[in-house]
Amino acid sequence: MTLALTIGVLTAGAVYLILQRGMVRIVLGFVLLSHAANLLLMSAGGVFHRGAPLLGRSATEALADPLPQAFVLTAIVIAFSITVYMLTLAATGTGDETEDAS
Amino acid sequence: MNPVLLPLLVALPLTGAALLAVFTSRTAVRLLLPATAALGLAGGLALLGATGGGGILVHQVGLWPAGVSIPLAADAFSALMVTTTALLVLVCSLFALATGEAERRYFAPLVLVLSAGVYGALLTGDLFNLFVFVEVMLLPSYGLMAIAGTLRGLRGGRTYVTVNLLTSTIFLAGVALVYGTAGTVQLGELAGAAQRSPAVAAAMGLVLLAMAVKSAVVPVHGWLVRTYTAPSPAVTALFSGLHTKVAIYAVYRLYAVVFEGQASLLWIGLVVFTATMAVGVLGAVGETTTRSILVFHMVSQIGYILLGVALFTELGLMAGIFYLVHHMVVKASLFLSTGAVEHVYGTGDLERLRGRARGEPLLALAFLGAALSLAGLPPFSGFVAKLTLVTAAFDAGRWTVAAVAIAVSLITLMSMLKIWGSVFWGRPPEPETETGAESGAGTGTAATATAVRTAPPRLRTALVLPAVALTAVTLCVGLGAEVLLDLSAQAAAHLLDTSTYVEAVTNR
Repeated sequence: MTLALTIGVLTAGAVYLILQRGMVRIVLGFVLLSHAANLLLMSAGGVFHRGAPLLGRSATEALADPLPQAFVLTAIVIAFSITVYMLTLAATGTGDETEDAS
Repeated sequence: MNPVLLPLLVALPLTGAALLAVFTSRTAVRLLLPATAALGLAGGLALLGATGGGGILVHQVGLWPAGVSIPLAADAFSALMVTTTALLVLVCSLFALATGEAERRYFAPLVLVLSAGVYGALLTGDLFNLFVFVEVMLLPSYGLMAIAGTLRGLRGGRTYVTVNLLTSTIFLAGVALVYGTAGTVQLGELAGAAQRSPAVAAAMGLVLLAMAVKSAVVPVHGWLVRTYTAPSPAVTALFSGLHTKVAIYAVYRLYAVVFEGQASLLWIGLVVFTATMAVGVLGAVGETTTRSILVFHMVSQIGYILLGVALFTELGLMAGIFYLVHHMVVKASLFLSTGAVEHVYGTGDLERLRGRARGEPLLALAFLGAALSLAGLPPFSGFVAKLTLVTAAFDAGRWTVAAVAIAVSLITLMSMLKIWGSVFWGRPPEPETETGAESGAGTGTAATATAVRTAPPRLRTALVLPAVALTAVTLCVGLGAEVLLDLSAQAAAHLLDTSTYVEAVTNR
């Protein structure tokens, strides 16, 4: 439940920020949104088994699902690189947000 | 072809990109960029040879056992797409070399990484891996969008990044939900899952929604029109052939495998794609530059292509796949021929261009051929594509859809004639006649005038040839349609009966 609520709050905040005009706010919105998506990925593997996914370290039924964690790692890297690029775009075209994009 | 070679299709362009990022000299770009693209084309043709008869090549990457590894799989559909993609990458690279754009720092590596991402997305048999390859494809595109550094490019680049990142995040959420509901993201394991469980169907719905935005289907097509007019013509041609088409490929593949063509949901597609055809073509009527007209037509054509999956009959799928290949070639040809005009004369505005057919008859011919093909006139490939599609719609009893498809092609023809009439036909505008008058005035000026006149043509030949080559391809495909129709039928057969694909991917 906590996880679902967190995802909900993050998404709500992200949608609010993405609908703003300034590029920096949009970027921050996307940061929140990617966190929401990553938490969703984590929850997809089930959060009740938390043992380290290494054979012999913990009981087999207590092992966490390692696949979503690998997904999240990949997704974090991708989101990070795009965030950096978007910040570059925000810096290069300073002050044109209010203009009519024709 | 040995299936172990499949990862090479991704690895080779990446290697080429790495080399070009290190060796930035002109010669390196001139040699390596076309060479790597041509290798991709050779790979695509080899794939086509191996899968054209109905075979499927599968490689479990890293030789992990099936079920653990990420499979790369190629059937006739993937092979067709890989070949067409490689052809476009090659032709657009040659065009970019001709405009001098390819010598911009990092242009060539970005294009090659982009092509690697596309090949990967077309070959992968895993949903999460599809997400990764789509990102590999998009990241260099963000760069290519803004590489010219103009304010217009930056603005377009911003919209492009924002829309695509939002869509990718929705796609990722969809993948998460699929994993949560089905417990796997491997396409073979997912076969038919959406038909068995409504939860998986809802999760896949999210993935398909993301793909619909990426392929610019009508209610969510606005970004395409805003962004594709921003970068240079070569980049637009490349994007038009690659980006939306990968999303369309994914819609075909995912709906066929995961939904197994579930008939009860097809009406959504029929409504949305018919609207896409109509809205796209009507949007083009009000536009005044060559590129924005062509981009709106792209939206309309995307409706046609996706109609194949909405009909989900053997003929429908076959027509859709044929249409997809035809469209990739023709659209790139149109963007390249009008792009050549735009590059030389500095504008794509219909009002400011006239009579270009006099100066460049070959280019005008290339444009006319591709335009007629787009509108669906014989003997070009567009005629076969539209005829098959409309026949399929009639066979399925979708009369309204067939009627809209025919009406839309008439408006398409009108729009194409509008570009033809204002850019190529008629008398050239004043300045050229003035040069003619000057040359009569004195020998000195005549010499410079001829020098000025003879200097550009060498540039022009290189600029014109890419579009001519693609128009020749559409003509050949139109005249020898049987070959591509057979291949499309083969591809459609694997989509209609996915058991062979699923068996090959899951290795059971």
